[in-house]
Amino acid sequence: MSDKTIYAIYDDDYVLLESAKHLVSKGIYIRDVFSPFPIHGLDPVIGLERTRIAIAAFIYGMIGVSLALGGMYYFMIQDWPLNIGGKPNFTFVENLPSFVPITFEFGVLCAAHGMAITYLLRNWTLPGFKGKNPYPRTTDDRFVMEIHVHDNDASEEEIKNWINETHVLEIDVKNS
Amino acid sequence: MEFKLTNKAKITSIVLIVIGLLSLIIGLNTGHGDHHTGQRLWANLLVNGYFFFTISLAAVFFLALQYVSEMAWGVTTQRIFQGIMAYMPIGAVVLILVFLGGTLHWHHLYHWMDPEVHDPTSPHFDEIIANKSAYLNQGFFWGRTIAYLAIWYFFAWWFRKASLEEDKIGGLTNYKKAIIKGVLFVAFFAYTSSSSAWDWIMSIDTHWFSTLFGWYAFSGMWVSCLIVAVLLVQYLKSLGYLKEVNSSHVHDLSKWMFAISCLWSYLWFSQFMLIWYSDIPEEVTYYVQRFSEYKGLYLGTFFVNFCMPFFILMSRDTKRNAVFFIPVALIIFFFHWVDVLVMVLPGTMFDHGHLGAVEIGMFLMFLGVFIFTVLRAISKAPLMAKNHPMYDESLHLHH
Repeated sequence: MSDKTIYAIYDDDYVLLESAKHLVSKGIYIRDVFSPFPIHGLDPVIGLERTRIAIAAFIYGMIGVSLALGGMYYFMIQDWPLNIGGKPNFTFVENLPSFVPITFEFGVLCAAHGMAITYLLRNWTLPGFKGKNPYPRTTDDRFVMEIHVHDNDASEEEIKNWINETHVLEIDVKNS
Repeated sequence: MEFKLTNKAKITSIVLIVIGLLSLIIGLNTGHGDHHTGQRLWANLLVNGYFFFTISLAAVFFLALQYVSEMAWGVTTQRIFQGIMAYMPIGAVVLILVFLGGTLHWHHLYHWMDPEVHDPTSPHFDEIIANKSAYLNQGFFWGRTIAYLAIWYFFAWWFRKASLEEDKIGGLTNYKKAIIKGVLFVAFFAYTSSSSAWDWIMSIDTHWFSTLFGWYAFSGMWVSCLIVAVLLVQYLKSLGYLKEVNSSHVHDLSKWMFAISCLWSYLWFSQFMLIWYSDIPEEVTYYVQRFSEYKGLYLGTFFVNFCMPFFILMSRDTKRNAVFFIPVALIIFFFHWVDVLVMVLPGTMFDHGHLGAVEIGMFLMFLGVFIFTVLRAISKAPLMAKNHPMYDESLHLHH
């Protein structure tokens, strides 16, 4: 079975968006789009779902909050109560206001780092990983659509013809 | 499209006023300790006068901020904020009445207005207050109050006038002037939002002071104003108006409500924690008072106003879904009013103050007048500022 990848190269984000709409209307599945910046309105066109990173961030934040509160309960109440400025140091609740800033900071720290690491892992772009970008110029002024032939019922020729109906700059086919 | 004030809205505001009046009368007749009644009425007049006035004041601020930041998305809801501004004169009259009552010794809300505490020969002489008399004296107080009210109102009046004129003549002239006026207002408001809160609210607890108090009061008025805007937009949309306001605009307004709720919680807690931690007698009295007679109201206000918006409005979907954000908005609106109540009552009613029929009655009366004034002002102009240079950009807001 042929496993060819078609790259349609554009020089304008709006043209690419219109072309994507055209191809999707023909029933073509666009695997991915590479562009120097996010293209407004492209996600629903190529069928990308909304990111769930916000939910992950909330969970990481809550983990941070629990860790901070649990940690301070152990350090300050259970293990080694200290008399700081005459504050009541035998119950957790009476000390709670002084724990709030650290709890907040640690919640933010965990949410932010968790989000960043999740993002890098999900995209498999951790530091030191080999770049997967087929066209380095998409980091500058090119916009590329990636279509896999075996994703679609249409043949390679049909797809190419439909791409040619759009204002495409160049079509490149690679065997993968 | 122009909004027509419905009979239902008129009747609702009249019903609110009548229920409020009845509740007030019932509360006064069943109240204990008659010698507190007068003071209680004046204290409530200050609470409601301040709360509703500052909502319209924050609307001027938010409008000015839109010009200063050249914000585009808000153009479709600009007329709502202009409507909220219309309550300003009424609120100002109530405030002036309260201050006049203080000056003429009809009530005793402001302890420092009593000349005896400044007089070293009097048995009531209070050295701490006397030392503050360079700032807290009747003449300077009135000068500041009149200056705040007059200058704030001038900007409100000008923004409204320029916006209505823009509807007719178009062009960029009024917009450019409004940016300069906006900068001037924001600069003036940066100082006066704090100093007015010191003068009108913080000076009740004359011995006590907090450098954070002005921002705390300011964030409270700002979030209350945004809540009112969210509710008004949803009300008008439910009547079929404001078709131009799409889900992204609604999302942005809810987001503002969420964000400023967090700002308010942050400032509330910062003020509390620093004073609690340092535990200096002259500072901590403020909280001792609030943690004895007013503990439930005081802590309850914080938890409701922080937890409800924070947990319910955090998600993108709930910010766009009226089933979620309307109940939150209604509840935190009431609790921001309670917040002003616990700013005022402990220092004026001491351990006799509580949230009863008199308080609720006065609140409903003011609410009725406020709703009527604001809706009437909204009905007086087209709902869309069509000639605003950013109007088209605002229509296409999408995220």
